[in-house]
Amino acid sequence: MVSHSEKHGNTILGNRLVLGVWVWLLGLTGLEVFLAYERLPLRLMLALLMGISVIKAALIMAYFMHLRFEKRSLVLTLVPTLIIVASLLTVFFPDSFRLLNMRPH
Amino acid sequence: MAEASEARIEEISMSEWDGGSLPYSVGHKKLGMWLFILSDSLTFSGLLIGYSYVRVASPNWPTPFHLWPTIAMASLMTFCLLSSSLTMVLGVNAANRGDRRAAVRWILCTLLGGLAFIVLHANEWRGLISEGVTLFRNPWGTPLFGATFFGLTGMHMFHVATGVLYLGAMAIGVSKNRFGPDHVEVCGLYWHFVDLVWMFIFPLVYLLSVNRH
Repeated sequence: MVSHSEKHGNTILGNRLVLGVWVWLLGLTGLEVFLAYERLPLRLMLALLMGISVIKAALIMAYFMHLRFEKRSLVLTLVPTLIIVASLLTVFFPDSFRLLNMRPH
Repeated sequence: MAEASEARIEEISMSEWDGGSLPYSVGHKKLGMWLFILSDSLTFSGLLIGYSYVRVASPNWPTPFHLWPTIAMASLMTFCLLSSSLTMVLGVNAANRGDRRAAVRWILCTLLGGLAFIVLHANEWRGLISEGVTLFRNPWGTPLFGATFFGLTGMHMFHVATGVLYLGAMAIGVSKNRFGPDHVEVCGLYWHFVDLVWMFIFPLVYLLSVNRH
């Protein structure tokens, strides 16, 4: 499934593995479209769609961007940084619920 | 001489967290692209979280997107980007095998996927603008809808357009043997990142604004 180029020392993913990841990504996209037409509460819908998107992003980073086959130090530098800073950005979210509830009905 | 060799062996064999000579074991081009991707991810995170903030805080957020044509076209655009990522991986594989002709062919397929995405997206923008959606006004509800929609999708489309130019330059460079497999892999990283960002824009901007009636 995975080999290393003797000439360049780079990772070469097998076609079956790559096609499998592509099919999974398409399937998860189809699932998202299906869920969008289900009558679910907004917050649950948001959580489900974001959960699926994170899985898709992880598949792309791990296989298409070869992160799974890189040294662990690179992964440990990039991924936690992104997760921590992106999570810190959500610190404003409670304010959006406050705004929503402050509106006159 | 022997001491120098031993010192070199010790330096290389040190753990990466102890400052080994190749802590990440990747070339400088690839590391630079990863750092760029990290910073650009935070730009998009800021935009997406800003969008989610106004989306949650607005009780009358418009839900104008019908299955046909908007959601169907946006799904087709997703298919184009995902498929172009697949062809890019095949292009990187071909470049790593030293098969330049196949690499150029796959890079051009990727470029076509990007162009198809831009054409479909531009057509969608044209349709929305003809319905009266501008940056500060729309016929359906919260005025910020247009600003967030065009801001987010415009920023992404700018990245896709830049990626198409990058892929074109890469195809020419590889065909003339000016660029090697490392260049193709770094170009691939950028293209996959563009694809990855769309995986968040599609559900947040389109699927959370579907019209179920």
